[in-house]
Amino acid sequence: MTSIVKVNRRDFFKTTGAGAAGLMLGFALPEKNPLQAQFPMPPVFKPSAFIHISKDETVTFIIPKSEMGQGALTSLSQILAEELDADWTKVRTELAPVNPELYGFQGVVGSMSIRTLYTPLRQVGAKGRAMLVEAAAQKWSVPAAGLRTESGFVVNPSTNAKLSYGALAEAADKLPIPATVQPKDPKQFKIVGKPVKRLDARAKSTGKQNFGIDVKRPDMVYAVLTRCPVFGGKVASFDATKAKAVPGVKDVVQISNGVAVIADSTWSAMQGRKVLDVKWDEGSNANQSSAAITRMFSELVAKPADKVARKEGDAAAALASAGKKMEAVYEAPFQSHAPMEPMNCTAHVRADGCDVWAPTQMQTPSRDLAAQVSGLKPEQVKIHSQFMGGGFGRRGSVDYVAEVVEIAKAVKVPVKLTWTREDDMQHDLYRPAAMVKFTASLDASGMPAAMEVKAATPPFGFERNGLPGTAVAGLDEIEYKIPNLLVAYQGGEAGIPVTYWRAPGCSQNTFFMESFIDELAHAAKKDPLEYRRAMLKNSPRLLAALNLAAEKANWGKAPAGRFQGIGLINNIGSYTAMVAEVSVDRGRIKVHRVVGAIDSGYVVNPDMCVAQMQGNVIFNIGQLYEANTVKDGRIVESNFHDFPLPRLAEMPKVEVVFASTGGFWGGHGEPGALCVVPAILNAVHAATGKRVRTLPLKDGIVA
Amino acid sequence: MASIKFTLNGKPQTVDAVPEMPLLWVLRDTLNMTGTKFGCGMAMCGACTVHINGDAVRSCITSIQSVAGKTVTTIEGLSADGSHPVQQAWVEHDVPQCGYCQSGQIMSAASLLSKKVAPTDADIDEAMRGNICRCGTYGHIRSAIHRAAELATVAKAQGGKA
Repeated sequence: MTSIVKVNRRDFFKTTGAGAAGLMLGFALPEKNPLQAQFPMPPVFKPSAFIHISKDETVTFIIPKSEMGQGALTSLSQILAEELDADWTKVRTELAPVNPELYGFQGVVGSMSIRTLYTPLRQVGAKGRAMLVEAAAQKWSVPAAGLRTESGFVVNPSTNAKLSYGALAEAADKLPIPATVQPKDPKQFKIVGKPVKRLDARAKSTGKQNFGIDVKRPDMVYAVLTRCPVFGGKVASFDATKAKAVPGVKDVVQISNGVAVIADSTWSAMQGRKVLDVKWDEGSNANQSSAAITRMFSELVAKPADKVARKEGDAAAALASAGKKMEAVYEAPFQSHAPMEPMNCTAHVRADGCDVWAPTQMQTPSRDLAAQVSGLKPEQVKIHSQFMGGGFGRRGSVDYVAEVVEIAKAVKVPVKLTWTREDDMQHDLYRPAAMVKFTASLDASGMPAAMEVKAATPPFGFERNGLPGTAVAGLDEIEYKIPNLLVAYQGGEAGIPVTYWRAPGCSQNTFFMESFIDELAHAAKKDPLEYRRAMLKNSPRLLAALNLAAEKANWGKAPAGRFQGIGLINNIGSYTAMVAEVSVDRGRIKVHRVVGAIDSGYVVNPDMCVAQMQGNVIFNIGQLYEANTVKDGRIVESNFHDFPLPRLAEMPKVEVVFASTGGFWGGHGEPGALCVVPAILNAVHAATGKRVRTLPLKDGIVA
Repeated sequence: MASIKFTLNGKPQTVDAVPEMPLLWVLRDTLNMTGTKFGCGMAMCGACTVHINGDAVRSCITSIQSVAGKTVTTIEGLSADGSHPVQQAWVEHDVPQCGYCQSGQIMSAASLLSKKVAPTDADIDEAMRGNICRCGTYGHIRSAIHRAAELATVAKAQGGKA
């Protein structure tokens, strides 16, 4: 049940600055939400939103999420506008302030925005519409039941009289909020499900869209921070004499995570940092290396299955009995998120309060951390959510918020902390490196009779079945019918900070799983598509997506010189299958075409979903070539010369097919391309006979 | 500190700056023109692309002293109202996702179109090689550049008639 509350306008406008007249609506959700189990949500989860209609007809949606390119501002607005019957051309958005009483938890992770807000936003929109209709009914002294709405107007069909929402807003605002309303039948949707244009495209095409890194405050100073190159290390001592002599440098301050140089411009601060003399206590990780981590993983996956994530039948017994045996070990490296906007944050700490201008995927945790670091109460901290130049999971960590608040506490004026690209690459929290060992036996017909899957990777994040869920995501939830299946987590703490990376867990585990399934199909001398179909008889949605992708890609009939590979997964609430078409010339892979079929239940904005899948494809093609290497406890790669992100010329043709079956809301920000890596590498195997089991490709070549 | 004069978005501009300071930081921190973005600081990503005397240049490695006497155009000066054909096409094709790299992408694309009225896919691959988009809007960028070429041609023809 959703309850909707009226908001004290004065309190609200203090934080958002929106205009003061007109209708305002907010809502609160009950505390139970099924996604709580799946994602690292705080115990209280009450998403909220507001509608504001002003006399000049502008409809402002105050969105309690944040925007990092995924299009949440536009798609959430579509839902509100649909139920409100607003004129889409009059819609504006604002990012909401952090306020747990109004909004509950605020953050954008796990492709959750629409999945959690779809139902409540429909209720808010529908109730707003009902109040506008009632206001018109009272003005006209007619029953509300006979009135209808269209694109920002209430219409009386019997008189053809019309009143605009702007004209009705004030009267509507004085009415009680209806207890129950019936949202629209989705068949009547005019805005949801339609490819409306992004609300932020113009600002982002004219340089007018500000991001966190663009924040400027009166009397603001600029900071860069030098951190111990070895993870877990600390400042032993420092000498700021030379740094302070650099023109523009104002101060040098030590904080818990390093030494900050404060200057009158970002560049002056960077120059000061170059000559800052810091001696580090490198701590216990100073000898860590990628080679040692690989050795540790190898030992862990060689051990008997440890913590069980999923068990069907008796895999050990079945593997010990007759049948063709298959075994393979796959490995993937640490990966930086590398959003184009490096980490940054601006803060102003005073005795009685703290403002933080944060480009963050985690608004509520940013507020709580800022309170903790500043020594203030959470309600004394104001988070001003900023547009993000990419997130991909990186901005789900709020380390940079803590850093700048600590600096701001010392300098007492507004301060913007900017990370350089090198800081960003070498002090990320990485997509964890991982190794998986598969053992399988095939029955007389070549189908898997048993499979044992053992994963070694650093633990982190949300818990599922008592295990770090990301470690086995993409392994334990496979829908293939395998009578004896054991998925186990073997540990793998490496002392390297790790976190969510777009499609956490699955980004490496689907590469492993779908490649190994391909190995089994080849061992059984069966077509990889038919092989998968045979194991998905009880998974109609995944099977339908697979069939659709295969059909649209013309499976089995690749043009001369090109080869196809397939991959699929159910994750983030959606069912996705992909066919990649590649050619390989002297070991160099060219991806020509990718066909992706996705069943996310419903689709709010098909164009934006296509854009998400296209982006996911090229984002993940990067995995073939880029990696972060650990040496002497630090990250070797520092910038885009040694962490080469894909360029425009590498973008394949991506075709997206919606296999929407309705009835549920799956994500699009992440699932779209989970299976692109195995689809490509399975196609590479078809082309060359070579099975890639370790990424990145050495020298970018299939050897 | 030095006093450096140049033309910025069609107007004379004088700044007092450390001569070695990159144009990027003069634009962003001194002149508060933040449409030009910082991405890598070593000309690897193209987020900071501006035009200097009409050529696409990475402002993060271009010292302010080297700009003296030259003509600089940033995203803010490409058009007064977002009407440059590249910007129109960008909006029409809904190119941006996060949008952070798009100022640089647009400046590179505008430079390409100023030299080639109807670029081929190969021309686009080459001209846009220096610009990274992590969101992966490349497909949209390619189609928008083709569209911008059409819009520019139409605008030119109409301008010719008038």
